[in-house]
Amino acid sequence: MKHIKPVRKIIALAAIFAITLPLHAEQVSVDREEYENLKKAVEYLMIQQKQAMETATRAEEKADEANEVANATAEVVEDSPLDAFEGISLGGYGEVHYNNLDADDSERDVEEADLHRFVVFVGKEFNDDLRFVSEFEIEHGGVEADGAPLDGEVEVEQAYIEYDVSDKSQVRGGVFLLPTGLINETHEPPTFYGVERNDVENVIIPATWWEAGIGGSHHWNNGLSADLAVTTGLNIPTTGGNMGRIRSGRQKASNANASNLAYTGRLKYTGIQGLELAASINHQTDASQDDDTNNNFIEEATLYSFHAAYNRGPFGLRTLYAEWDIDGSIKDLAGDPNEQFGWYIEPSYKPLSWLGLYSRYEEVEGIRIQDQFSQWEVGANWWPHKDVVVKVDWRDRSHDPEAKADGRDFDGFDLGLGYMF
Amino acid sequence: MNWKSFHSEPIMIIMKWILCLTLLLSVAHAEEVYLSQEEFLASVFGTVPEPQRLTLSGDLSKQVKIILDHRYKKIRIPYWHEGCRTAWVLEEIGKERPITTGFVVNSQGLEKVKVLVFRESRGWEVKHDFFGKQFIGAKLTDKYKLDTNIDNISGATLSVNAVTSISRMALLLHEHVTKDSC
Repeated sequence: MKHIKPVRKIIALAAIFAITLPLHAEQVSVDREEYENLKKAVEYLMIQQKQAMETATRAEEKADEANEVANATAEVVEDSPLDAFEGISLGGYGEVHYNNLDADDSERDVEEADLHRFVVFVGKEFNDDLRFVSEFEIEHGGVEADGAPLDGEVEVEQAYIEYDVSDKSQVRGGVFLLPTGLINETHEPPTFYGVERNDVENVIIPATWWEAGIGGSHHWNNGLSADLAVTTGLNIPTTGGNMGRIRSGRQKASNANASNLAYTGRLKYTGIQGLELAASINHQTDASQDDDTNNNFIEEATLYSFHAAYNRGPFGLRTLYAEWDIDGSIKDLAGDPNEQFGWYIEPSYKPLSWLGLYSRYEEVEGIRIQDQFSQWEVGANWWPHKDVVVKVDWRDRSHDPEAKADGRDFDGFDLGLGYMF
Repeated sequence: MNWKSFHSEPIMIIMKWILCLTLLLSVAHAEEVYLSQEEFLASVFGTVPEPQRLTLSGDLSKQVKIILDHRYKKIRIPYWHEGCRTAWVLEEIGKERPITTGFVVNSQGLEKVKVLVFRESRGWEVKHDFFGKQFIGAKLTDKYKLDTNIDNISGATLSVNAVTSISRMALLLHEHVTKDSC
């Protein structure tokens, strides 16, 4: 306390003077009146000292109090930004595409722009161990009753409650994404190459694939993790143009027929830097959701999926294989549609933190003739910000003979703009 | 290409090998250790120094905002300082929830990076020790970037981004508190 230092000096001098006064008094003649005056001066200074000390104490108390108030204010600001939004998280992603594809049959050319996905995440943390997660998505710009001009979809792809059993285990219930493939759970545009997602995880693994049910996850310290889920199953059409088409079997948790459930399991290993290996199985007890005695076109079905991803320095590699084994009289159809399958391999090179180049080759064998093809693709991602991406790619698709004869083969380029937050 | 015959034999064999390899590696690979904040600090300092507190304000606060693209949640940041080494326990959100990471910084850059608490549903792979070891020796460039490449982890991009960003903040804060003494 700088301001009391002079006072202290005066008091110290006065005290020395007072102590030594009797000694000097023996040697120096001081009359009674002077002595009394000096005594009063010393008493006055003693009072001043006492008051100064009290002032200093009060000032220190005030400073402590002010510090406590500042800390308390900081805690309030840090911990409770707004009570109304306590524990609520908001996020999202989106992507706009431009496709310019030149088909053998010019009537099949594509030249269009599309707000492919607009997604909002809303979450609520009830406490440290219990939370709500949701994903709300509008595809292709929106919807209208007659499909014109808005012919998209409004979907709730995730709406579940998750509970942390431990720091390595969670259980969840509600509507959630199935643990299979590379894209299904993580598909924010800045996290993958290509304007359009790969086709294997569209035709064979019908990503984005969500179901209603319960599930759990556990991971071990050595890098192994396991996921299990019991959910509603597919309801694959058994007649019409989409007969046997996996993607058309998604019920999207919309009054979903839950007569025959599905079981999904995945093992994943990430214990080596840059490497991810995974295998998953999805077993449908009846993939057409009908009584087997009345309908034996599609009965049990099982999806086997394996993938590997590797990232080291600027180099990356992703590869995935997925295959269905479907029981029922679908086996009797030509072309083995009971064994729909596909695979792809995607090497990439990221020379700069904001630029990545990739190539992808994929082969797909779905049940529809337009879903039977191989495709080469090359392209680039430019990240002006880690959460924003501009994409360009060139594709060349070559169909199996039947679709090729229809003039469906095409090549062309795509442009994309994506973001996440 | 006759890929009808191609798919069912060699590919399936390869994929079965991948499955077996997955299980084998998971059994064979060394375990990692998760630390509490106290254990982390004890592993860094012989005797843990008294925590000090840095207040984020003025230019420092602006620099942090440049690094994170948003303000840091806390105004006062505790840290531990001994000689030219500092330790920090900082938080940054991956997708929805904060990841708590411990950092040790010395004159040569980052000395240790360890994820202490991971709360997200996905992306927990940043807890692996090999992920943190990539940061050792990393320094901050003039543009507040790391001078070292950090490998992405498939499916954990947001977690990787979060830990990478907050590591840059740790380096910045270290420079701030040691600029006059080290």
